[in-house]
Amino acid sequence: MSKFSLITKGLLKENPTFVLVLGMCPTLATTTSAMNGLEMGLATMFVLILSNIVISLIAPIVPDKVHIPVYIVVIATFVTVLQLLMQAYVPDVYKTLGLFIPLIVVNCIILGRAEAFANKNGVWDSALDGIGIGIGFTLSLTVIGIVREILGSGSVFGWKFISGDGMLAFVMAPGAFIVLGYLMVLFNKLAKK
Amino acid sequence: MAAKSSLINMAACLTGVCLVCAALLGFVYVVTDEPIKAAAAAEAQASIAKVLPEGGSISEEFSSEAEGILGYFVQTSADGETTAYAVKTVTGGFGGPVTLMVGVLPDGTVFNTSVLSHSETPGLGAKCTEEKSAFREQWKGFKGVLSVKKDGGDVDAITASTITSRAYTKAVAQAVELVKSLGHE
Repeated sequence: MSKFSLITKGLLKENPTFVLVLGMCPTLATTTSAMNGLEMGLATMFVLILSNIVISLIAPIVPDKVHIPVYIVVIATFVTVLQLLMQAYVPDVYKTLGLFIPLIVVNCIILGRAEAFANKNGVWDSALDGIGIGIGFTLSLTVIGIVREILGSGSVFGWKFISGDGMLAFVMAPGAFIVLGYLMVLFNKLAKK
Repeated sequence: MAAKSSLINMAACLTGVCLVCAALLGFVYVVTDEPIKAAAAAEAQASIAKVLPEGGSISEEFSSEAEGILGYFVQTSADGETTAYAVKTVTGGFGGPVTLMVGVLPDGTVFNTSVLSHSETPGLGAKCTEEKSAFREQWKGFKGVLSVKKDGGDVDAITASTITSRAYTKAVAQAVELVKSLGHE
């Protein structure tokens, strides 16, 4: 597989949100606006790249029976590092995403990539895989966020183009499911061509 | 691929990984400790300053036994006179606790209010966080009866969010009560 396709497969063929359908909890919960979706995607990408790199390095020396606990410790460490850094330098972002940052530990995408890719491949390839899947996840969340923000609040990235409210349902939980469902249909229809 | 599992190498591997991770976390914790405290302090200061008149120095946080009061700060002018109180107060809203910072003058007049945290419905009760809204503007200098108009008071509720408005009003009332009781001491 070429280096370039390692990155692009995360966008289309193995898009974590619309094709693999992994990590649905943060996807549904944090995409109330485009900015929140983008920030959540970037936070996940940070952890994903670092954990992919470290796991690909240590995979050969980790005994088979304890590989899951070891991976989880590695992932949890990076999530905590991220959490501390965000609290220190971007407290506002940390406040909006709050609970969903520690929950990155149990995000299936990260352990999924560790299991499916990083423990079988080299450091460089694993880093690229992390970047690719990370970008795919970030873009998906941002797109869902944009759609929900346009319909729900009448704005894009906080810039309001109608006065008053949008369709409130889209900011709340049911809207997340509806938008995700339709985008998944659209994505898979376009991707098939 | 993965190494063969034996009791010794499993224990050694887990111990090693945990040690390295703990060391890394300890390092990051030390590095970020100062900025985190500074950010939290700056946020607390900003929320207090927002609800009080300008000038004067702000005390350390006092605690109170009164219902719904999380703590309060006293603002004193240069000659030692108390000019205002900032009260951190909490009530039950529609979706969970609503925590406010309320600035109250010594005579019981509300100076300004701000929302510290809430979990009200987006687009309805959550409108209580919109700074320039009519609901929020009415609190500046408010000294009428502290209940919503529907209940016979002087507070204009947010349309379709009476429960949130009631909670907000109750929180402000708690703060005013506290300041009045402090004045009698």
